[in-house]
Amino acid sequence: MNRTLANRLTPYMFLAPAAVILLVALIYPLGYVVYASFLNWNPSQRIGQAEFVGLRNYINLFSDESFRESFFVTIRFSVIVVSLEMFIGVGLAFLLDRNIRGMSALRTLFILPMMISPIVVGLMWRYMYHPTVGVFNRTLKALGFESMPWLLDGDWAFASIIIADVWQWVPFIFILSLAALQTLPQSVMEAARIDGASGWQSILYIKLPLMMPVLIITFLLRLIDSFKVLEVILVLTNGGPGLSTEVMALRISRTATEFRELGVAAAMSNILLLLLLMLTLAMFFYNKITEKRALRQKSEAAEEM
Amino acid sequence: MPVIELKNLKKTYGALTVIEDLNLTMADGEFVVLVGPSGCGKSTTLRMIAGLETNTDGQILVDGKDVSALEPKERDIAMVFQDYALYPHMNVAKNMSFALRLARYKKAEINKRVTEVAAMLDLTDYLDRMPGELSGGQRQRVAMGRALVRDASIFLFDEPLSNLDAKLRGQMRAELALLSQRIEKNIIYVTHDQIEAMTLGDRIVVMKAGEIMQQGTPEELYRTPANKFVAGFIGSPTMNFLDGTLATQAGRMVVQGESYAIPLPETYSQHLAGSDGQPVTLGVRPSSFEETDSDTALPMKIILSEYIGSQSVVICEFGGQRVSIEVNSAAPVKIGETRTFAVKEAEIHLFDPDTGASLLPASKL
Repeated sequence: MNRTLANRLTPYMFLAPAAVILLVALIYPLGYVVYASFLNWNPSQRIGQAEFVGLRNYINLFSDESFRESFFVTIRFSVIVVSLEMFIGVGLAFLLDRNIRGMSALRTLFILPMMISPIVVGLMWRYMYHPTVGVFNRTLKALGFESMPWLLDGDWAFASIIIADVWQWVPFIFILSLAALQTLPQSVMEAARIDGASGWQSILYIKLPLMMPVLIITFLLRLIDSFKVLEVILVLTNGGPGLSTEVMALRISRTATEFRELGVAAAMSNILLLLLLMLTLAMFFYNKITEKRALRQKSEAAEEM
Repeated sequence: MPVIELKNLKKTYGALTVIEDLNLTMADGEFVVLVGPSGCGKSTTLRMIAGLETNTDGQILVDGKDVSALEPKERDIAMVFQDYALYPHMNVAKNMSFALRLARYKKAEINKRVTEVAAMLDLTDYLDRMPGELSGGQRQRVAMGRALVRDASIFLFDEPLSNLDAKLRGQMRAELALLSQRIEKNIIYVTHDQIEAMTLGDRIVVMKAGEIMQQGTPEELYRTPANKFVAGFIGSPTMNFLDGTLATQAGRMVVQGESYAIPLPETYSQHLAGSDGQPVTLGVRPSSFEETDSDTALPMKIILSEYIGSQSVVICEFGGQRVSIEVNSAAPVKIGETRTFAVKEAEIHLFDPDTGASLLPASKL
């Protein structure tokens, strides 16, 4: 009797350490943030002293002009940045998918930007964008053009942070697309050549469709990441001029540190979290569906053998 | 249908020469099989004809016109790949019509051709399946369908059956043979399997290390192999090779071995008269032995018997060598017993032990 009980409990005992870690590391902070978002909480107070305000933080956010602005800045930034990065990254992969001497060295060189700390990337670009001593304006001047208000004008600043982010993250998409491209079955490409497909046609009709699963995952990963972008923009523009480059992560950080409204910051975080959760779920379900389809096809094929 | 000629064809990868100097003419409507062990250059040759590899030197002539600088699509060829190379994201109909769609054929024409070919290959019920939903044999047929729909004048097959299991391979081989009779195209077929080569080819080209060892009809290759390599490669079970020297015994030419003397037939003895003492390699197919009590028969100790069905292959030991002999399964053999076999004189092959070349007079080759 006792033995069977012990046997039944064994799996749970093995699961327990992982469950505890999960509880402490994930559920507790998450619950904390959710709880905090219902409080009017100043950093000088302990959490127990903060006033419970229910959904007021969320309701206020929806009428908060600045929050809405930063929400749309984030969406605009993410959509533009990820589209550009996908286009350039995949394009580069197609261009560099060949066996030339020194290719592996070149590939390593290409992924360097990804390895640099975002703070350093921000600083680097800030110096390059500098109105008088930056390399861009000096080059423009030397060539006889007007200098540009890189970080000084709202639209230019927005474009500038896009350029910096694209510079840093194209390699990520490049490296994943290249990997996808190089695992495509060689004979299928040859069959397409025999069938009369030109280079463009084989990219359009064969390579891109076959790379699609990888590209979709890459796209979603980048999208989720771009919604959380903070450091580079913090260093480059700190959200300015005005609110032109104030993305949500930056808004959250400022709300917590400058405006000292931890409850509001928590509410913003949760909205961002919900958005990302939806994207992640989309990715998860996409994976599930493709996996299921592959499995079904396999078993069907096996039955008919 | 065109005549395909390979002239002084050469292929090197860096310092590695795969094909040195290949010359081959394939007649109009002929089913030619390139066969040889892996690494012999047969696939490379096929891929050069397809235009998937560029030839380092030499010419590929189709009806007298050099096509070696042309893209694959300009060569009027269709090809079936070893791994089928189906487009995994297209259904069967789309796979088969891809080339036609690229060439901007009218929809009605595309439908007509796909339907016809699908009917011919028993694929009608599978037209909207994806390749992942098909069995190996069905995928194989789709790959052939994709080639047939094109109606190209030259068909290239690169080991198309080697990914199938043995039973299916046999079935597909027969289907392929029937198909080739029906479509009357130039077919160039690469395989490492000599049975496929023998059963399918009008003409077989045996290759080794980038060179053609011999070409001819299956029967020619079987009856009069030009060298030891072809003799050992063609025919199953494989030929036995015994070392010996030429000698004259009681007025007859014989091959003298350690413990045997096998008399030679006229075809050899006339031609080799006076070459006593020359070392030779004797080639005898397992089917060229007969059990007899005559005084030239050799005593063989049976050490293993492989039952195949109506025939068995027994492996015997004699004079320190092993030979395999095909016997009728009806007469039971016992491991360990000694029987006497004679070699059918007319079916003896002799080779030069150094060069491997056949010692048959040139006129008989």
